[in-house]
Amino acid sequence: MKKEPFLKMSRREKISWQKRLMIRIAALLLSLLVCAGVIFLLVRMNPFDVYKAIWDGALGSERRIWITIRDTMILLCIAIGLAPAFKMRFWNIGAEGQILVGGACAAAAMIYAGDKMPPVLLLVVMFVCSALGGMVWGMIPAVFKAYWNTNETLFTLMLNYVAMQIVTFCIVFWENPKGSNTVGIINQSTQAGWLPELFGQKYGWNVLIVLVFTVVMFIYLKYSKHGYEISVVGESENTARYAGIRVRKVIIRTMAISGAICGIAGFVIVSGASHTISTATADGRGFTAIIVAWLSKFNTFIMLAVSFGIVFMQQGAVQIATQYGLNENASDVILGIILFFLIGAEFFINYKVERAKK
Amino acid sequence: MGENYALELKQITKRFGSVLANDHVDLTLKKSEILAILGENGSGKTTLMNMIYGIYYPDEGHILVDGKEVSIRSPKDSHHLGIGMVHQHFKLVDVLTAAENIILGLPGKTMLNMKKVTAEIQALVNKYGFDIDLSQKIYEMSVSQKQTVEIVKMLYRGARILILDEPTAVLTPQEADRLFDILRNMRDDGCSIIIITHKLQEVLALSDRVAILRKGRYIDTVETAKANVQSLSEMMVGAKVDLDIDRPEPVSPQKRLEIKGLTCRDKEGIKTLDDVDLVVNSGEILGIAGISGSGQKELLEAVAGLQAAESGTILFTDADGNQKDLAKMDSVEIQELGVSLAFVPEDRIGMGLVGDMDMTDNMMLRSYHNGKGGLLDRRGPRQLATTIKDQLEIMTPSISSPVRQMSGGNVQKVLVGREIAQNPKILMVAYPTRGIDINSSHTIYKLLNEQKKHGVAVICVIEDLDVLLALCDRIAVLCGGKISGVVNGRSATKEGIGLLMTKHEKGGEQ
Ligand SMILES: Nc1ncnc2c1ncn2[C@@H]1O[C@H](COP(=O)(O)OP(=O)(O)OP(=O)(O)O)[C@@H](O)[C@H]1O
Ligand SMILES: [Mg+2]
Repeated sequence: MKKEPFLKMSRREKISWQKRLMIRIAALLLSLLVCAGVIFLLVRMNPFDVYKAIWDGALGSERRIWITIRDTMILLCIAIGLAPAFKMRFWNIGAEGQILVGGACAAAAMIYAGDKMPPVLLLVVMFVCSALGGMVWGMIPAVFKAYWNTNETLFTLMLNYVAMQIVTFCIVFWENPKGSNTVGIINQSTQAGWLPELFGQKYGWNVLIVLVFTVVMFIYLKYSKHGYEISVVGESENTARYAGIRVRKVIIRTMAISGAICGIAGFVIVSGASHTISTATADGRGFTAIIVAWLSKFNTFIMLAVSFGIVFMQQGAVQIATQYGLNENASDVILGIILFFLIGAEFFINYKVERAKK
Repeated sequence: MGENYALELKQITKRFGSVLANDHVDLTLKKSEILAILGENGSGKTTLMNMIYGIYYPDEGHILVDGKEVSIRSPKDSHHLGIGMVHQHFKLVDVLTAAENIILGLPGKTMLNMKKVTAEIQALVNKYGFDIDLSQKIYEMSVSQKQTVEIVKMLYRGARILILDEPTAVLTPQEADRLFDILRNMRDDGCSIIIITHKLQEVLALSDRVAILRKGRYIDTVETAKANVQSLSEMMVGAKVDLDIDRPEPVSPQKRLEIKGLTCRDKEGIKTLDDVDLVVNSGEILGIAGISGSGQKELLEAVAGLQAAESGTILFTDADGNQKDLAKMDSVEIQELGVSLAFVPEDRIGMGLVGDMDMTDNMMLRSYHNGKGGLLDRRGPRQLATTIKDQLEIMTPSISSPVRQMSGGNVQKVLVGREIAQNPKILMVAYPTRGIDINSSHTIYKLLNEQKKHGVAVICVIEDLDVLLALCDRIAVLCGGKISGVVNGRSATKEGIGLLMTKHEKGGEQ
């Protein structure tokens, strides 16, 4: 007989949520340990100083806390948008484009209608326009998928570049000041189309909008008829067809919702954070959000925690980069290590590894 | 002791969470013998075989191959020991040829001499009399050809012990006979074979000995020559079983469905249904017979609106005399009329059920859109799931465990149970007892009869002619997409139907 393997793997039948949480926490701690090792090896710096810097960067002052919250909400909003699509196994990697189009629509309304409407109406118009823009951008690949079975992964990906070109094109018209090749802060003097303060907080509206989405999407996916249809179509289109679900309608409708929410994320960025538009408005968050959605198994409340974790690390990494003069990429290295461990933890949640017994 | 046995299992135990799938099972397999394993759905047959093949590892117990104790931790280990297994769900790569699939995953030199390898495989194919073309691509093959590829694959890897898990569930009776001839050849050549099947006739016809499992426990192994259908089913169930199929007289049948000149074509433009005329009455069971692929599936799908009709009408008359042409309606509208199709596909999960969902959510598949508002109501489905679980004795830890974890037959019971529970006006079932143990099969026949008594028009496609003749009021025979005859179930004979199955012009009594 050949030698027995030392370790034995088997699929877990069931796992309690406490154990699951424990595994994830262990993974997080382990990843921090490895990060410390890497930092120390690379730059010979005390890892604890570095961790303290990370903490400071994310939560060190009230302003920083609010920036962390603001970015968490944006990432969460995008992940919420992606959740229904991915639950349907529609590989929407086009959130970047949907955000850009939504953001561009909001910016357009701000620029062209900024002084022609009462502020509240303007905000409503911006909100609706960005949702519609994102919706259209999401529905294009869905229609092609539903009727001609095109590959949505490539389609959504390519639409990202189209969206970028559209924004580049718009910048030509919206340039301010002329020749700068950027749009600059829109309506800086009037602040028309800027999300106002809520409860005395600058980003209050951002938080409110996204938290409402969090709750609504949770219910939509778990307790609504639409959500049920999404799960069935995701599992097998054949089953759905046999059950009398109109598969095309579900695909298009779901992507309309997904695109619309990503578009609204664009609105939140433009109106509630940056007050400008550029090709970097989405800033890769459309991709990061995919990880958020998957890691959370489409549970929007877990998404909130995961988004916070990721933004926390990003903010922290920016801080070390400036404080110690490290390259910005150091933050990517750290984030990469942490995500590696978190995704790896999923393996230990699904599989049991034991010492082989004699 | 030991020397005589190719394989010996001692006190094998396997648990899945709270489920005890195998409880101290002993099993012996002699050299050059065909051993059948019998047991009700969920009695642990597949689990036991998966442990021999290295997919699961036993919690307790020993496995002996040729008298030596071994530890099998993966299918690779079992290949080394000369053990091969053919699963119900084939593991083949569709775009590759038969030969390419057979050598896939085998260790070898960097350079592959395909010609030489193909010749070796061909020799094996000729030796046992397999009927396959090694250069054919998998996606062009029928289910039975794919199965043959799986068997040859195992033999080419040097399997001397071959395990087949319900190989005949997806085969026509003719294909099954051909498989049995091959298995006998292999046995005579010194191979040992374990076969799982729910069809007792096959057990009696093929095997040398029968091992019986009940609720995870080993009951006994008996010589096939000394067994019969009744004795085997009693050992399986542990109590006397009634194997008679009831056939109540239809009560005031009314014309429910009238199909006229129905013609359908498949994607390649070949006629799958050719000018079909058929009447279906309420309160009766209409059986559909025919060699597989004669248009049974297409006929049911056309009625359900899942298959577009090229020409012809499907006239549905409800109890009040209102008429509608189903050929012009889509599947959702037809479902709303109360036409229900329980097609039990070769691949059970993936067509009628959602594997990752629990029983409750699967119950909703048909009814979730009922009720006002946009939110789901899970109370009704939960109740239904409980009822069906009791009625069909479905083995599952709870109605909230995913159906993927259930045994094959239990999955099927969920599917059939749900369709019957819809209270349809027309109930169509295809292969309702495929993979279901004999006891539960009879429960399903009873349920079909109950529907009939309630005035439902029942259409069922069943391959077993004995069952068709015992259950149906009328039997329509399909041959090459045409109806070659409609016979009275009470007076027809097996031979008569057999003739119609291969005859192309119309005949038979209405
Ligand atoms: N992966 C799994 N997780 C949890 N339970 C399982 C798993 N596999 C099997 N079981 C349970 O173990 C029991 C035995 O299942 P098994 O598939 O061996 O039955 P079987 O005898 O092959 O039945 P059938 O005739 O229906 O195919 C069933 O109750 C089943 O629900
Ligand atoms: Mg089984």
